[in-house]
Amino acid sequence: MSHQDFANTSSASRRHLLQLGAAGAAVGTAPFLFNIASAQTGNIKIGFPVPLTGAFSAEAQDQVRAAELAVKEFNDAGGFNGRKAELLVRDDKLNPGEAATRTLELIEKDKVEFIVGSLSAATQLSINAVTRERKVIFNSISQSDAINEAKDWSPYTFHEALNPHMTAGAVARYAFPKYGKRVVYLTADYAYGHEMVRGFERAGKALGTTTLADIRHPIGAADYSSFLPRIQALKPDVLVMCNFGRDQLNSIKQATDFGLKEKTRIITPVLLLTARQAGGAEAFDGVVGGSSYYWGIEDTVPAAKSFNDKFRKAYGGAVPSDYGALGYAGIRSVLQGVLNAKSTDSQKVSEAMGQLKYNWYKGDQYFRKCDHQSVQSIIILESKSKGMKDKNDVFSVVGSEAPSETNLRSCAELGHKA
Amino acid sequence: MSEITPSLLMLQLVTGIALGTVYALLAIGLSLIFGMLNVVNFAHGAFFMVGAFLGVYFLGLTGNFWLALVIAPLVTGGIGLFAERFLVRPLYGRGIDYPLLLTFGLSYVLIDVVRATFGIEGLPSSTPAALRGAVNLGFGHFPLYRLFLIAATAVVVLALWLFLEKTRYGLIIRAGSRDAEIVRVLGVDITRVWWLVFGLGTAIAGLSGVLAAPTRAVNPEMGIPVLAESFVVTVVGGMGSLPGAVVAGILVGVVFSMTALLAPAYAEMSIFVLMALVLLVRPQGFFGKAGALG
Repeated sequence: MSHQDFANTSSASRRHLLQLGAAGAAVGTAPFLFNIASAQTGNIKIGFPVPLTGAFSAEAQDQVRAAELAVKEFNDAGGFNGRKAELLVRDDKLNPGEAATRTLELIEKDKVEFIVGSLSAATQLSINAVTRERKVIFNSISQSDAINEAKDWSPYTFHEALNPHMTAGAVARYAFPKYGKRVVYLTADYAYGHEMVRGFERAGKALGTTTLADIRHPIGAADYSSFLPRIQALKPDVLVMCNFGRDQLNSIKQATDFGLKEKTRIITPVLLLTARQAGGAEAFDGVVGGSSYYWGIEDTVPAAKSFNDKFRKAYGGAVPSDYGALGYAGIRSVLQGVLNAKSTDSQKVSEAMGQLKYNWYKGDQYFRKCDHQSVQSIIILESKSKGMKDKNDVFSVVGSEAPSETNLRSCAELGHKA
Repeated sequence: MSEITPSLLMLQLVTGIALGTVYALLAIGLSLIFGMLNVVNFAHGAFFMVGAFLGVYFLGLTGNFWLALVIAPLVTGGIGLFAERFLVRPLYGRGIDYPLLLTFGLSYVLIDVVRATFGIEGLPSSTPAALRGAVNLGFGHFPLYRLFLIAATAVVVLALWLFLEKTRYGLIIRAGSRDAEIVRVLGVDITRVWWLVFGLGTAIAGLSGVLAAPTRAVNPEMGIPVLAESFVVTVVGGMGSLPGAVVAGILVGVVFSMTALLAPAYAEMSIFVLMALVLLVRPQGFFGKAGALG
C-alpha cells in the first residue's frame, strides 16, 4: 500500500476501528522483540496539548476527534515499519504556562517524538518555546502571526493553520470593496485580536478604507451593549468583530439586537462552525467571515468529501469543524513526514515535511521554505438563515482565495533569509 | 473625543440602566438570602446559569416565552429548596464560612451537571419574536428587549416590595431577619421561613437567568463572571439590603456603560474601582448595617 492510500481505506465503524487498533497494537509488539537493539521502537508518540476546558473547549474536542481519526488511518495502513502512532492528549486549559508544562512533561516523561496542537496564539508560542529548545517538531493548528517570525521560529516549527495576516487579508479583500470603506473594529484585547486588526488595516490600506474607531474589549466579556451606542453613532459601513469563540457569539448577538445590521455589515476574520451552531441562525444572519475549512466545500473539493465521509462514519454522522479539520491535517503532515523520511528523527522529518506537497482535506497545500507556514486556500463564508437542510448547513461559500505566497508576509519582512 | 453628543450620552445611559437591571435582580436574590439566613451564596451565579438553561429548554419545549419565564424560575427555586433542606440547613449555627464553602462547591456541581446534560457548547438562545427589533427613543435606536428587561425588573421589584411590606408572610420574614430567636419564641417555624426564603432567592436568580438568556450566550460558565459582578453590587448597596441592591445595581450598570464609552479598556475595572471607593468611604455600603458579616 502506498503512503497516499491510507487515507482511503478506513471504512469500519469506530468500535471496529478500536478493535482493529487493539489487535494492531498486539501484533505491533511482535517486531518490537526483534528491534530491541534499535532506538526507534514502540509506538510513535505524538503529544497533543489543546484547551479541553475553557472558552474554546468545543473546538478543542473536535480537534481531538479529528486527530484520532488521522492516527487510526495511519495505523490501519500499517504504520511505519510496523510502528503504530499513538496520540497523547493533554489539557492546556488555554493557559500558556499550563501549555508549556504539559509540553515539557510530554517530551521528558512520556517521551513523545512530536507535538501537534494548541488553540490560541499565546499557548502555541509557549509550546513552541519548549519544543524549539528540545529540537522536537511542533505543528501548530491555531492562528498566530508571531510564530512565523524569525525570532520565534526554529527548523522544527511548522504552522498548519492559517495566520491572521492571511485570514484578515482575505476577508478584507472580499468585504471592503463590497460593503464600504468606513470601518469600526470591536477587538478582543489580546494577541489574536491585535494581529487580526493589523491584518485588516494592512489589506484595507490598499483598498482605501478609513478606521473610524478600534474599540478594545477584555477577553471573555459577557456584555457588549455598552460599546454599541458609540458604534451606532459612528454609522460605519462595516463593523469588524476581531474576537473568537464565545466573545464573537455574544458581541454579534448583541449588535444584532441593537439593530446595527440595518446600516452596517458585520464581518469577522474567522467564522466558526461551532459558534454559529451555538449562537443560532438569527444572530449570525448575514455575517461574513473567513475560514480554513467548511465541510460544505465537499460538493466541489473531492478531498473534502472523502475526509467528511470518514469523519461522519467514525463519529455518528457529525461533520468536522474548521479547527477540528486542522487537528486531522496537523497529524497527517507529521506522520507523512515520518513515512517520507523513513525515520522519526526531528531533523530528517523536518526536511521531509518541508518537501511535502499534500492534499489531506481541502485541496493542495505545502509548507513555505523560510517559515514552514502552510500555503493554502482560504474560504469566505456568509451565515445563512434560510433554506438550511440540517443543523450543519449553516454557511454559504461566497468566495475563496487560492493558495498563494503573495498573500503571506514576505520572508524578508519576517526576518528570515529568503 | 469629539463625537460625543447628548443623544449618544442618553443612549449610553439607557444602556447602562438596562445592564444594571440584570445586576439588580441578581443582587436582590443574593441580598435576600444573606439578609435572612446570613448565608453568602456562592452558587448564585450557577443558579442564574441553571435558570438560563431551563428557560431556553422550556422555550424550546413549549414554544412560549411567557410560560418559560414562569416555569424556569419555579424549577430553579425548587432546586434551591432542595439544596437548602439537605445541604445548607445542617450547617446553620456553624459560622459564615461553612455555607460559603458549601455553596462554592455546589456551584461547580451545578456547572458540571449542566455540562453533562446540555453539552459544553451551550444552547442557542434567541429573543422572543414579539420583543425583537430596535425602537427609536428619540435620541437613538435601542433594543426593545432591553426596554422589556427594565420594565420586567421594575415589576419584580414592586411585587417583592409589596410581598415583604404588605403581607403577613413578609412581616414574618422581616421580623426573622431582625431577631430570629424572638420570632421562634412567638411560635413561628423559622426554619421553614429560611427554607422558603432560600427558594425565593434562587428562584429570582433563575428568573434573571431566563431574562438575560436572549441577550448573551447561554453556556455552563456564564454564571461565573456574573457572580463576581453581583457581589460587587451587593457590597456597594450594602449586604442584605434590598433597596441597596436595586440602587447599586443600576449605578454599577451606568458606571460600566459610561466608562465603556469614554475609556473602553477600563470598563471591566471601573466597577471594582467603584466598589473600592465605596468601601473606603462607607464600608457597610449605601444601605447596609455596619458589621453585618461579623
